[in-house]
Amino acid sequence: MTTLYEQLGGEPAVDAAVDIFYRKVLADGRISRFFDAVDMQAQAAKQKAFLTMVFGGPNRYTGRDMRMAHARLVTQGLDDGHFDAVVENLGATLRELGVNDAQIGQVAAIAESVRNDVLGR
Amino acid sequence: MPTLTWRGRELPLEVGETILDALERAGEKVASSCRVGACQSCLVRARGGALPAGAQKGLRPALVEQGYFLACQARPDDDLEAAPADDLPQLRATVARIERPAPDVARIFLEADGAFAYRAGQFVHVARADGLTRPYSLASVPGDALLELHVKRAPSGAMSGYLCEALAPGDVLTLRGPAGSCCYDDSRPAQPLLLAGTGTGLAPLLGVARDALARGHTGAITLLHGALTAAGLYADEALRDLARRHPTFRYAPSVLGAAPDDPRAGALRDHLARALQVTPGARVFLCGPPETVGPLQRDAFLAGVKLRDLLVDAFVTAAPAR
Repeated sequence: MTTLYEQLGGEPAVDAAVDIFYRKVLADGRISRFFDAVDMQAQAAKQKAFLTMVFGGPNRYTGRDMRMAHARLVTQGLDDGHFDAVVENLGATLRELGVNDAQIGQVAAIAESVRNDVLGR
Repeated sequence: MPTLTWRGRELPLEVGETILDALERAGEKVASSCRVGACQSCLVRARGGALPAGAQKGLRPALVEQGYFLACQARPDDDLEAAPADDLPQLRATVARIERPAPDVARIFLEADGAFAYRAGQFVHVARADGLTRPYSLASVPGDALLELHVKRAPSGAMSGYLCEALAPGDVLTLRGPAGSCCYDDSRPAQPLLLAGTGTGLAPLLGVARDALARGHTGAITLLHGALTAAGLYADEALRDLARRHPTFRYAPSVLGAAPDDPRAGALRDHLARALQVTPGARVFLCGPPETVGPLQRDAFLAGVKLRDLLVDAFVTAAPAR
């Protein structure tokens, strides 16, 4: 049986998704400030790692990694509303890439599984 | 069993082990995050030996050429020597001459003491005799006899003050580098190039433009140089001359304070926005202070420029001395 990551198209699909997803979050006034960075390449690389994880691809992130990576953003006010907005942009990105609703649901479920770690709870 | 040489230590590699695993096992501190080759946190540089397949996955051509690789993706079959990404070679350079094309800009030409391999568009850390060190971009291209730096005199800037006012021909500086990947590569020779920067952000762009022309780039190259006043267009003459000699090269100066009927009038940001509109599919190089290039790269990306086509060098100024 193929994994969700393989069904979605593997690494090339992640690369395509990063370009679309990053444009969406930068244009989304609710969350753009968390993604505005002088080093956009480094920011994009982090998003690639994030999208690889939620696509069910190879990753070794632990809950502790997620907490540490977002701790600074939590002190800047990162909350459930922002998390929801990211998931919403993620869904819109996948729809644009022709991913079906069942698969989008699976991706959203993986994202949901790290919500408490990302928000430092 | 292959051996990794790292900062003078010889570390035996276990079968199937990555460089990152081996370094961590040996107690070496290396940044890392995703460990699957996506986040590029564990970037290091090969100094000798052959890199295994996949170790440079997803890196820009300029980084690949210089031997950078991802420690988490490298499972060497043979001996390898590697170093941290910021562990750069050092050399001495003697000041050959200094030009002052604008009241607050110095063009410094240096003769390197020995061979110095670099790519146009890269930067070096320049150190004064007492150790004060600042990064400066190279405006020269590797074929030039001398290295060239452009220094803007910053108010109360310790290093720029020294370089612009005290430095004289015959003086010796220490350079560490090169670093940076804001470089041309000839993978798509017909792609249009847009190069934009303010002030001495021009330096690396000049190198990139000359490098692209020398490598036979056939697509249009547009260089946008922004300044507050016409006097700040400190390479006006040389760039007009370059445009006369190369039909594919266009020089587009902009002057924030120019009269409205002057075609150069307006902010670089507006000039770049118009250039992006009429140049779909361009590769975009942006150089200058972060407050300039931050908004420019955001504009370019939201206008549809792909991330892989966005090459940015933000000049971060040191905090003022107290």
